[in-house]
Order: sequence, then structure tokens, then C-alpha cells
Amino acid sequence: MARSRRTSPPRREGPEKLCGRLQYVDDHPLPGALFGATLRSTIPRGRILGIDFDSAFPWSEFVVVTARDIPGRNVVALIEDDQPLLADGEVRHAMEPVALVAHEDRARAYEALSHVHVRYEPLPAVLTLDEAMAAEKTPAGAGSVFKSFLIEKGDVEAGLAGADRVLEGEYRVPHQEQAYIENNGMAAWVEEDGTLVVLGSLQCPYYVHKALKAAFALPDDRVRVIQAATGGGFGGKEEYPSLIAGHAALLAWKARRPVKIVYDRTEDMAATTKRHPAVVRHRTGVTRDGRLVAQDVEVVMDGGAYVTLSPVVLSRGTLHATGPYECENVRVRSRVLRTHTPPNGAFRGFGAPQTLFAAELHMEQLAEALGVDSLTLRRRNAFSKGSVTATGQVLGESVGARTSLERCVKRSGFLKKRADNARWNRGKNKTWRGIGLALVHHGAGFTGSGETYLASRAAVSLTRDGGIRVLAASTEIGQGTNTMFAQIVAAALGVAVDDIVVETPDTGRVPNSGPTVASRTCMIVGGLLQRAAGQLLDEARRVLGGAPATRQAWKKAARSLCGAEDERRFEVEYQTPAEIRWDDKTYKGDAYGVYSYGAVAVDLEVDRLTYEVKVRRVTAAQDIGKAIHPLFVEGQIMGGTTQALGWALHENVIYEGGYMRNAQLTNYIIPTSLDTPPLDVDIVEEPYSRGPRGAKGVGELPMDVPAPAIAAAIHQAIGLWMTSLPILPERLYEAHAPAARQR
Amino acid sequence: MPRLHVNGKARAYDGPAAKRLLDVLREDLGLTGTKEGCGEGECGACTVLLDRRPVNSCLIPVCQAEGQKIETVESLGSPERLNVLQEAFLTEGGAQCGICTPGMLMTAWSWVRGGGSDSPEAIRRVLAGNLCRCTGYQHIVNSVVRAVRERRRGRAAAKAPRKATTARAPRKRRKA
Repeated sequence: MARSRRTSPPRREGPEKLCGRLQYVDDHPLPGALFGATLRSTIPRGRILGIDFDSAFPWSEFVVVTARDIPGRNVVALIEDDQPLLADGEVRHAMEPVALVAHEDRARAYEALSHVHVRYEPLPAVLTLDEAMAAEKTPAGAGSVFKSFLIEKGDVEAGLAGADRVLEGEYRVPHQEQAYIENNGMAAWVEEDGTLVVLGSLQCPYYVHKALKAAFALPDDRVRVIQAATGGGFGGKEEYPSLIAGHAALLAWKARRPVKIVYDRTEDMAATTKRHPAVVRHRTGVTRDGRLVAQDVEVVMDGGAYVTLSPVVLSRGTLHATGPYECENVRVRSRVLRTHTPPNGAFRGFGAPQTLFAAELHMEQLAEALGVDSLTLRRRNAFSKGSVTATGQVLGESVGARTSLERCVKRSGFLKKRADNARWNRGKNKTWRGIGLALVHHGAGFTGSGETYLASRAAVSLTRDGGIRVLAASTEIGQGTNTMFAQIVAAALGVAVDDIVVETPDTGRVPNSGPTVASRTCMIVGGLLQRAAGQLLDEARRVLGGAPATRQAWKKAARSLCGAEDERRFEVEYQTPAEIRWDDKTYKGDAYGVYSYGAVAVDLEVDRLTYEVKVRRVTAAQDIGKAIHPLFVEGQIMGGTTQALGWALHENVIYEGGYMRNAQLTNYIIPTSLDTPPLDVDIVEEPYSRGPRGAKGVGELPMDVPAPAIAAAIHQAIGLWMTSLPILPERLYEAHAPAARQR
Repeated sequence: MPRLHVNGKARAYDGPAAKRLLDVLREDLGLTGTKEGCGEGECGACTVLLDRRPVNSCLIPVCQAEGQKIETVESLGSPERLNVLQEAFLTEGGAQCGICTPGMLMTAWSWVRGGGSDSPEAIRRVLAGNLCRCTGYQHIVNSVVRAVRERRRGRAAAKAPRKATTARAPRKRRKA
């Protein structure tokens, strides 16, 4: 693949990262800072009768905050505002924050927590998705549906009635921990003029800004949110940082000193958000020759105790539930239910990996039922240009589903491997082998209306000395935002990448570009920056009588354009393309502006004695429109693929009594370098006319594909459909060994 | 009072003997390049070298490091003059969010400096104690392979054997 310093310039903040000099929140010295610690609920649900502080403990050394100290509204403002910053009156999940303490000595702050006692009257709690589904129709389950959606196209019952074959299936996917290597952390202080400032590990500065304004009843300009270097996010630092920022800020507000809260690994894993578990049921009608004629899908997700982002996660899950296939009769019914567990939230893919696992594994089973191979079935039904989706969207351009599929099949040697593996499995070997395939689509950016509501803004500014700066709220969290933004603006202006400065997101400086989520940073915000740069170039041309070609020319343009000001900003706002029409009420229309597509082949083997699965090779072909930085795109695909491999094979969040019991990296297993196979990536480029230089989204897509391909490969290896994740060796053994013994 | 030998310098430390080496480095010596990821020796983000061998500094009481040579990420190159391993990470995309990077670099540096092979399989075994959630490891493995080869080339070009410390930064990094 073409990869050069020209197309893949060095990571901007790379040298600082490689020398350990870039400052993450815990690396900032903050003179005079106190350390904050969080007192959390010890039961999944109950009324708070009182909070007692040990009278012998020297509380005068500490700053203590409870719900009563909140100057504004006691909410983490997001969608429904139902989650309190600190529990008041009732706790609704274990590990819910109840009170805060701070001390100069970090260890003393944690010690103080054992001297606070909360008295509860326990209330009945719903702890699993199965319990929530069972309780739905009873009085106890009243109000437990946070959100539901319905997509309807054609007549699904008539389609099923007319089908040659109808196949039903149920699929289950579990929680997943984001497991960024930097735990969550926030610092807060109050400036002399009363401005509340927070600095921390986060993805979405303006989400935090909004939440702090509500909690402190402060106007826009009295709250400032600055991103510290952020050690991974994957969605895990989308919404929860608003809560930690609120806590650090409450302590700092009361103490009138800087306060830092940095979670340790166990607190981070046990208290913060996870991927939503889901149960997905399919009922699919197909003709004898393999054409889909009806897809009836039901999706139920576990939202946890508060609404947080669940409606949006469910929306994306719903919109991807039928897979990248055209079918004339579709019904998708979905809902997300409340349980008394820590709220589930954003995690790379955001609902789509859950429903696509089901859709793709169901295609495999459908192929088996029809007696054809799944590749044939996919070729028969996959989206192509002009296809109409479940919501009635006509796919007009940049439809790389089939190209991705064919390139993946060819590059992985899928058909030959499949034959080789079948031969291998007939022999006397120590393993069984299998190769599996999956194909997905992933909507880039927010939904059709979502981007309209966000009305994101971004700016390029020219400083008086001729400097060119990027101003956006999109955060660098490892994916390469800084470098990619500099590339887009440099290309638009015809200057060198090194001539562009990308500012750190600071709400005191940068406009609201929306959150750094939903595979939208390059396509949406990068697109805004390309437009802003175009405006700057037009103005420079106007004052110079031609395009500036040298640094000197830019300086001259700057003097003229800035006048007496330090800088001149060219700020643009998102405009919904005229062809995008979406109706939130009927869930019909252009759900997303465009889709990325991905195909993956996973080749693996299962040890005949231990049932351990060793992934031998993963081949990924993914259509992302245009790779602005091919090396970083590869990095995204490889990283997302590995997280999916972990979700499918290793990662097992164990909840007992509403608590995560394995909230440690010792027993929550994420893939190591030895668990990860060589990853072969083929970047497919079907350009999108609305994306900057043709780019679509890449961040989430790679997380969607591998899990169903792994389950398909395991089916070739041992002949069983493993329809629940994770596929642990002990589960494989339990499913397979008795059957194997009988043979 | 333990005297510590950190990155080629003697450093005084008069805190508790059982304090974690990680905290002494970060809090007492201001070397915040070394990161904490899990605090229990699983993730390797806090890896430093003790007498040239990688250890999890979150599991080492500072007294145990007394009399040994401690090396942290700060001992490698500077942003203006990266060493051969850092340069390879920059070229091959071995660092994404950067939080596992210091520990990853120290484990890899002990391999590269010790004359380890460029076999990707061997390098995967060496790095198995350092977790990364961003990269899927492939670009990290590629980085270490490149560093081993570049260093070999650099040493061959120099003809005479050189000390490890002078093998750094065979070429100047392009202006950022």
C-alpha cells in the first residue's frame, strides 16, 4: 500500500509522546492541588436514609461534598438529565457516586471514604437483561423502557408467508469494557474572576461544558473545558468525563483550591460505562435461490440505571440491524431497558457491533439452511449502487460493499483456505481449523437529522504573523486527529503540513465542533475545515490578487486581512446536504449521509484438547472513501479489529449482584501481542463526494466485522453455532465435548 | 536514605522505603514519562529498566531499586533528537494514544539494545507483558523490527563497535 511521509506525515504529537513529555491529566503538577475520592453506593438500589461521618475522624482536614453542595441542578446534563451528579435520596446502581472527599494526600483521601457510612433501605433491583425482559409486563417493570424504535418497509408478514424458507435465530452479546490504558481523570480549579476551569482526559469538551453549566448554573463564558493529552477513549470518555469533571469541580468550588480526581483501574472498570449487552432475534424469509424477502428483527438492549446515551446507541443498533443487504420487506423493533447496574454507554461501534453480530451470523445459518455457502448468499443480497435500505434510503454513491467483499475473499484466499481447513479437520491433528467471513456497513457521522441538530462549527484562523491555525473541538485520542486536520487544511491551502498549527481543544478558544464520536471527525469536521480553509484562500486571493504561494505572501495576506486584530477567523457551520432527508418520527429516509463498508476473513484454529482458540490471520478490506493518512487508517482498522477479537474471544465482564466482579486487568482479559495475529489490511477507496477529498468514517467500522467472522470460523472448525459471546474455551468445551464424545 | 541511580544520575530520595518506584519517579523525581495503567503489574505501562532489564515499576518498592541502574523513557532521545527506536515508532505508527508507549519503548529498548532478533514472533513474545488497546500491536511489532534493523545497519556503518548510548539517533528527525 502506498505509504510515504507525504501521504502519511509523522504524528504531530508523536515525538512528545515518544519521549514521555506529553502531559496527561495526572502528569500536570497543579501546585497546591487536593486529590479527590468518590464514595460510592454499596447496593444496587435503595433509599438513602442518612450519611454518617465518623465523629472521631479529623474531618476538618478534608473537603467533603454531598448533593446539597451542588450550586445548580443535580444532573449530568446530556439527553434526559435523569442521572444525578451525586445520588440524593435514592441510589439506582452499585458504584453510584454518593459523596466526595478531598485531601492533599491522595492516600488520605481514599482512607477517609472508610469513615463515611451511608444508611440504606434496600429496594428491589433488576440486575440483568433477562430479569428486565421478564419484569417488563409486570408493575415492577413499569417505566423500564428508556427508548424504542420501529422501522417498517414493505409487508414483513406477507414476505415471510411467501418465502420458500423461514429461519429464526437468537443471538446474545455481552458487556465490553473500553479498557483504554489511561484511566479516567479530571482536574478543576476556579480562576480569580470566578471562571470554572476543568482539564482532563476526555473526548467531548462541549459535553463537559454543557454539564458543568447546568450543575453550577453558570453562563457559557464562565466555564472553560480543556483537553489534556488523552490515553485512549473508544467511547469510554464520551459521557462519563462530564460526571468526573462535575465532581472535581464541586470539590474545587468548595475548597477554592485546585482538585484532581484520577481513578484507579478497579474504580474505572467497576463504575464507568460499558458496551450495551443485547439480545437480538431474527426471523428471515428467503427464496430457494437465496434472495432475502423478509427480515423481522427484534433488538433488546440493557441500558443500565440511567438513560445517558442509550437512545442513540439503540438508534444506531436499530439502523444497522438488517446488515448490508437489500430486502423488500423489513421490520425492526427495538428497545432499551433499564437495569440497576452502572449505565452502559458509548463504545466504538455504538450499538452496531451488537446487531451486526446477529445479522451476520444469521446469514451464515441461513446459508447452511439453504445448502449454499455464505459467500454466495452475500453476493446475492449485498448492497450495491442504487440499493434501497431498510429505511428507504437509496444508496447513490460510494457503495463499496461488494468491492470490499471480493477483495477480502481474494486477498485472504478464502475459498482455498476453506477447502484446506476441511481437509485438515479430517486428518489426525491437534487442532481443528476454520475460516469465517463477515460483511458490514457502518453509517458515518450522526444520523441524517443528528448532524443537523448538532450544527457543528470549526474554524481556520490566520494570525497577524502569517500563522495558520486549526480551531476545532475534536480531540486527539490516538486516532490521529491533529495530523489529519493539518493535512486537510494544508492541502486545501496549498501549503506544507508543517505550516499548520492545530490548537488543543479548549472551549475558551475553539468553536463547538460536536463530539469526537460516531466516525465523524474526519468526514464531518474535516469537511468543515476544508470549507473554512477555502474561505481563507478566497480572501487571501482577493487581497493579493492571486493565490499566496510563499510564506512571505501569506504574511502579506495576514497583515491585510487581520488589520489591527491578532487573528482573523474563518468559521463555518455544518449545512445538511440538500439530498439528505430523514424523518425521526417514522424512521424513514437517509439514516446517514453515507456508509463505510468492511469485510473480514478470520482464519483460526481450536485446540482439540484445551479448546483454546488461536487466531492465525485476519484479513480486512474496508471501504472508507479515501485514506487521508493511510498509516493511521491502518492503525484504526488494526486496533478496532483487535478490540473485536477481544470481545469475541476473551473479554468477559462478570456482574454479580449488580457489581462487576472482575474489575481488574488481571482477570478482565484484553488481547496481548501474543493473542493478536498478523493483521492484513486492504484499504478500499470508493470516494464520497461530500467528504473531504472523498473520505468517509473509519473509527468504528473495524469493530463491527470480526466477531461474526470468528463465530463462522468456529463453525467450520467444530461444527457448532456459537451464538453468544464471548466464545471462551470452557464454553466451547461444554458445547462441543459431549457431542464429540458421542461421535 | 536510599541513593537512586536514575538515567545516569545519582538522585537523593528521603521518603518511605516501601513507596512504589513508580510513585517515586513520578512524584519525587518529576519523571512523569512513566505511566500507571493498572497498578498491579498487568499492563506494563509503568515499565522501566532496572540494570537493563524491564520491570513493572508499580510492583517495585523503591528500596529494592537501590544500587541498581534505573532507566526511564526520559533516558532515550529528545523530541528534537529521537533515538533509533523512537524514530522507528514514529515512522511505523507504533504510538497512537501514547499512554502505553513509554513502557512499550522500555521493554523494546532492552530487546533492541541487547541485540535481540528482528523476528516478529520473537518480538511479540517480548512485548506480551505490555498491553496496548489502540494499535492491535502490528504497527508496534513493525516498529521494533525496523529499529533492530536500523540499529544493525548503523552499527555496521560505524564499523567499530560502539556503546549503546552512542547508537542513538543515527539521523536527525525531520522538522515537525
